[in-house]
Amino acid sequence: MPRRKRLRKVVAPPKFQGYKPYGINGESKESVELLYEEYEAIKLADYDFLNHSEAAKLMGISRPTFARIYESARRKIAKALTEAKEIVTVFGDIELDGSWFLCKDCHAKFTCPTPTEGIGCPMCKSQDVQLIGES
Amino acid sequence: MKTVITSTGNSLESEFDLRFGRAGWFCVYDEANGNYEFVKNMNAEDSNGAGIKVSEKMVELGVGKVISGDFGPKAKDVLDKFNIQMVILQNEGATVDSVLKKIK
Repeated sequence: MPRRKRLRKVVAPPKFQGYKPYGINGESKESVELLYEEYEAIKLADYDFLNHSEAAKLMGISRPTFARIYESARRKIAKALTEAKEIVTVFGDIELDGSWFLCKDCHAKFTCPTPTEGIGCPMCKSQDVQLIGES
Repeated sequence: MKTVITSTGNSLESEFDLRFGRAGWFCVYDEANGNYEFVKNMNAEDSNGAGIKVSEKMVELGVGKVISGDFGPKAKDVLDKFNIQMVILQNEGATVDSVLKKIK
């Protein structure tokens, strides 16, 4: 039996269920399945500009594993683009992480179950907070 | 929204409890009308699974935010699942009253 997969941590699931190409003849029949962890890998590496070690730490996996997920994510997106296929997001081997924040003013640690744009400290309303990952 | 502060006793002068599952009492503060009440923790003496039971109690009470000293892994899982915000404070010896004043 192969070793079981370590759960990848995802801070926030994607806000969409998929992407559809338009301007093609007829509906695209097939689709590419993008896992949540692959979406998260693309987001951390190419949107938040983290390097692979930092991103891997946030997701609770090793750097080589992160690189593999990231590569598979890029390949799937490239495949969808060139073959004009739909992208659908599916729940992979993940756990949704209620990630921890640290308030730099009053040193309270807290989670944000409903991620909003401006995350403020629930104790002193300070906006000076920092993402610390796992507590 | 309701907020729970873990407490060692049943008055505002009681010390803030750093444990969640085995806290003595819970101070339930209702932001909507500014009232608070104290609820005894029936699972404080349980040999195991106190965190889960207490977390379920929080869901039952309709709490949106819990302030305590630390949360065990099982309690964390349940609270995460029900979108309850967890706040960890490490100031030992603080009274419930002083914590309550901060969030008002």
